[in-house]
Amino acid sequence: MIKAFKVLTPGAFTTVQDLGRFGYQRMGIPVSGALDRFACQVANMLVGNPPDAAVLEITVMGPRLEFLSETHIALAGAQMGMTLDDEPVSGWQSIHVGPDDVLDIHQVTSGCRAYLAINGGIDVPLVMGSRSTYVGGRMGGFKGRSLKIDDVLKSGDSIGLDTPRRLSREWIPAYPENIVLRAVPGPQDDFFREGLDTLFSSDYMVTARADRMGYRLQGPDISLLEHMPPSIISEPSMPGGVQVPADCQPIVLFVEQTVGGYTKIATVISPDLSRLAQAVPGDTVGFESVDLETAHRIYKEEAVRLDRITRLLSQ
Amino acid sequence: MTNGLFDTPRYRIAGDRGLLVEYGDRIDLAINRKVRSMAVLLDQSPPNGIIEVIPTYRSLLIVYDPAETVPETIQTGLETLEGRLADIEIPPPKTVEIPVCYGGEFGPDIGFVAKSHDLTEDTVIGIHSATEYPIYMIGFTPGFPFLGGLSEKLHTPRLESPRTHVPAGSVGIANNQTGIYPVASPGGWQLIGQTPLNLFDPARENPFLYDTGDRIRFIPISVETYRQMSEAEGH
Repeated sequence: MIKAFKVLTPGAFTTVQDLGRFGYQRMGIPVSGALDRFACQVANMLVGNPPDAAVLEITVMGPRLEFLSETHIALAGAQMGMTLDDEPVSGWQSIHVGPDDVLDIHQVTSGCRAYLAINGGIDVPLVMGSRSTYVGGRMGGFKGRSLKIDDVLKSGDSIGLDTPRRLSREWIPAYPENIVLRAVPGPQDDFFREGLDTLFSSDYMVTARADRMGYRLQGPDISLLEHMPPSIISEPSMPGGVQVPADCQPIVLFVEQTVGGYTKIATVISPDLSRLAQAVPGDTVGFESVDLETAHRIYKEEAVRLDRITRLLSQ
Repeated sequence: MTNGLFDTPRYRIAGDRGLLVEYGDRIDLAINRKVRSMAVLLDQSPPNGIIEVIPTYRSLLIVYDPAETVPETIQTGLETLEGRLADIEIPPPKTVEIPVCYGGEFGPDIGFVAKSHDLTEDTVIGIHSATEYPIYMIGFTPGFPFLGGLSEKLHTPRLESPRTHVPAGSVGIANNQTGIYPVASPGGWQLIGQTPLNLFDPARENPFLYDTGDRIRFIPISVETYRQMSEAEGH
């Protein structure tokens, strides 16, 4: 364990996350973890870490960090200007830092969340199998909360990184202000008919109420079939579930929710959640219906893409 | 179909990684027992590719890795397991006593609940603490138990406008349900009391005091006892 950095300013909302906490949803503990799993994994690969090492999830406005020892770091995900001791540095590549260096991550210019990986991973205690912060449960991550000024975080044992790593431009995602998310109808698609047409043919705007629990959207009302009740017996929910509450305005559930009593008209496929994680209030979201077979094909293609990136980076 | 239990389970697709299995269409102990029994069987012999199993009132969510398995295979596995339902024993329920200081600052809505039913606050306390409540499921926040069996005399709708902050340990009522908030969170239940116990502590060897299927009995305590126990719990 090495003292890695001290927080000079924490940014808008910066938490420690890995790929999530599994096995405890039945006890009311949500999966948590990085919202943009693609960027989180690539950030780790850029510094030689395993893809599930703990990173900082940085939301909208970045922190200012003073490094306490020599290491390698990388930022992936949303575009945020960045300086190291006042010299501009770029994302999607490994950066060598030394003790006393100050990294300043600015306001986002495209996207919403960036991931800062550090060689060896951020070292916080494993809580129920994960290092992810679940702020609502005051558990995991760094003291169960977002970072504050003067926090000192440690990193795990260093992992050899022979040459600098950089992701070539063709693999770097763009974060447009209009996105289309692919979604599989269900689990309660039989509660809707016109509502399904509405969802899959309309544009919805991301409201200010968009966080790790869910993204509330605003747009045409999604109507239930006449005889169907708006609420159901509370049941578990998956990240990506498109919940339709009594006001008929959809909410895409994210990673800090375990059960709910509203119908879910469709479920966004997991690879597309990384793209939703980069949407900010005011952006436009549409939905495209895909069947389960197609969803599984896309899921496997995504895994192949990540494998290729892993191989390219470790060459 | 008797008592809402389905003859054959109903399967629902919950995205590219989730399969929702419904065993009935209402809140009922027999349906809930079947859900929990299936969860126990799946824990004992987990089929290939299953990441997590989440039992609730009447349904089971199976989270799987699409690189390893598909819903059809999971369904076949579940059908095989159904044959073993009769052989398994789910852990015998334990009864957990939860001390509660009712009313006052600890239960700001007890007056409303009493008035809604033309009862005195003491009668509300008497009725609420006279039942052993089965835990149908745990969710919403870490360790939040959804309890069945609330006396009809106490059924009270949720608050019209939810509170942004409900203190940890608060005991509440929402329609025909009663439950406890183990961690502070927003919430819309009518608050009638508060327990000094830490119901969830991730640092403890067993972070939770109870599991789904257990029973909870509320024991009324005085403000003084609340303070003493609260101190002992490290508040």
